Amino acid sequence: MSTVEQDFVQEPLGPRLRHEIATITRHAEHKRAACIDALKLVQKRFRFVSDGHLAEVAALLEMTPAELDGVATFYNLIFRRPVGRHVILLCDSVACWVMGGAAACAHLCERLSVKPGETTADGRFTLLPIVCLGHCDHAPAMMVDEDLYGDLDAARLDDILRRSR
Amino acid sequence: MIETPLTATIQPDGKPLDVTGYERVGGYQAVRKALKMTPEAIISEIKSSKLRGRGGAGFQTGRKWEAVPKRDEALFLRYLIVNADEMEPGSFKDRLLLEKTPHQLIEGVIIGAFAIQATLAYIFVRGEYVLALERLARAVVEAQARGYVGRDILGSGFSLTIHVHASGGRYICGEASALFSALEGRRAIPRARPPRSAVSGLWGKPSVVNNVETLCCVPPIIERGANWYLGLSRSVDGGTKLYGVSGRVKRPGLWELPFGTPLNEILFEHAGGMQEGYECRAVLPGGASTAFIVPESFDVRMDFASVQKIGSSLGTGNIVVLDQRRCPIGLLRNLEHFFAQESCGWCTPCRDGLPWVERILTAIEAGEGKVEDLELLIHHVSFLGPGCTFCDLAPGAMAPLASGLKHFRSEFERHINEKACPWHDTKDAWT
Repeated sequence: MSTVEQDFVQEPLGPRLRHEIATITRHAEHKRAACIDALKLVQKRFRFVSDGHLAEVAALLEMTPAELDGVATFYNLIFRRPVGRHVILLCDSVACWVMGGAAACAHLCERLSVKPGETTADGRFTLLPIVCLGHCDHAPAMMVDEDLYGDLDAARLDDILRRSR
Repeated sequence: MIETPLTATIQPDGKPLDVTGYERVGGYQAVRKALKMTPEAIISEIKSSKLRGRGGAGFQTGRKWEAVPKRDEALFLRYLIVNADEMEPGSFKDRLLLEKTPHQLIEGVIIGAFAIQATLAYIFVRGEYVLALERLARAVVEAQARGYVGRDILGSGFSLTIHVHASGGRYICGEASALFSALEGRRAIPRARPPRSAVSGLWGKPSVVNNVETLCCVPPIIERGANWYLGLSRSVDGGTKLYGVSGRVKRPGLWELPFGTPLNEILFEHAGGMQEGYECRAVLPGGASTAFIVPESFDVRMDFASVQKIGSSLGTGNIVVLDQRRCPIGLLRNLEHFFAQESCGWCTPCRDGLPWVERILTAIEAGEGKVEDLELLIHHVSFLGPGCTFCDLAPGAMAPLASGLKHFRSEFERHINEKACPWHDTKDAWT
């Protein structure tokens, strides 16, 4: 992590985010039930959940940090380590595998000079394998942040990478 | 013409109808009718329709609803939960319904909730289904504005709140009792049964979990009756089914067809058969947790009993095709990698056994396997089979492995004897 990023994640949640989290817990039957939503709000602002933020959220939800970390680390879509500006979720399940998913992965690794799970040197992309995205009739498939892409081939991958600044 | 009650209101451009558009094509008429019926009458109609759960297990929906204690037996709050956590590899049917006909799901939720007298419903959607989440949330707001959701629905005295929850993402959340843990803000770990979830589910209250496709079947059944619904089927179970095909077929996709449509009809008529240069080796009929079906058995009817009779299961009815250009051992390794990764880690056989299976398959695929490894895999099939683990994840993982060991025995032996993968050239290939 660079110094700039460290400063960024050491910044506290701030009043607005704390207020947003308090609001969603009001609709929940028990505060802890809102923990995934709360962690996603943190991620939306800071891209991942740092130790400091985790402790702050835990206090708001009346959970211990260890309890909340147990939940946070359980899920595929909650990031406890820094990620790039764009997160690529590349499907590695069976339908995509049959349709050339391994080739798509090799192509992305080569273009981005990363291995699955890593972030590019310029901090632009993190490449993560993900379980079946339910887009099997357009395999191979992936998501870049919230956008879904199917029928991937080398040219289409290059085009998507180029457009994700 | 075949009737298609699940997909009839889907527009050619795929954009969902808003509440007014949905009403114009007959939407929410079933809710009006249902609210004038008794919960018992609704359950009885659903039972007569022989609607069975479309998530894979195939439990009778009417019986599931009936198991919830009646209002006068228990004063507890109760819940209806929609399992929209579609993560079974190779399955993409619920995405279609969520994205393209959200109001039909909501209508099914209202009727189901009324039948079990639930005043709170959760729609548990996987976090990656961004478009579905957006469209559902909008549809709930619209339904609320029209008085179909909220307090005293259409003056019936029945009230219902619907929450849409976006999951943090883990396959095990699709297991009903793990889903309760997830909604309670805990690690999504399955729970011991008994108690059954109809008695003690979410927050310890009576709860019913239904699949998206199942609930979408409910409004047409209430509107047009169980007999009409039964008549749509080509099998003993009622209705239609969203069958899907992916892999090297000419037209991968989804089709709503009579329940019990034969596998070869789906593969060769609807999906158009194999692409030029590809041959079909075997299929997974309903996701990663189902045993392979080989071409000799492709005349099987795709209903619960028929597929079970030939040693597999219907699962989600979304078929993955393995062609001759991909290594069957590689495909098994891919499946077991999925299960090993998605094991919740709670019980030891699953947590330790599945990664072991994956390691053995990886070694065999790389040409480093030994003859004894096959015995070891067979041992795992029984050690991780039904009854040995806390939930059905590991037994599901063993279904394709057991059938793979049977159907691809010679391919396993070739890898071991030749100390290499015969499909080595296509490993990282696009085609």
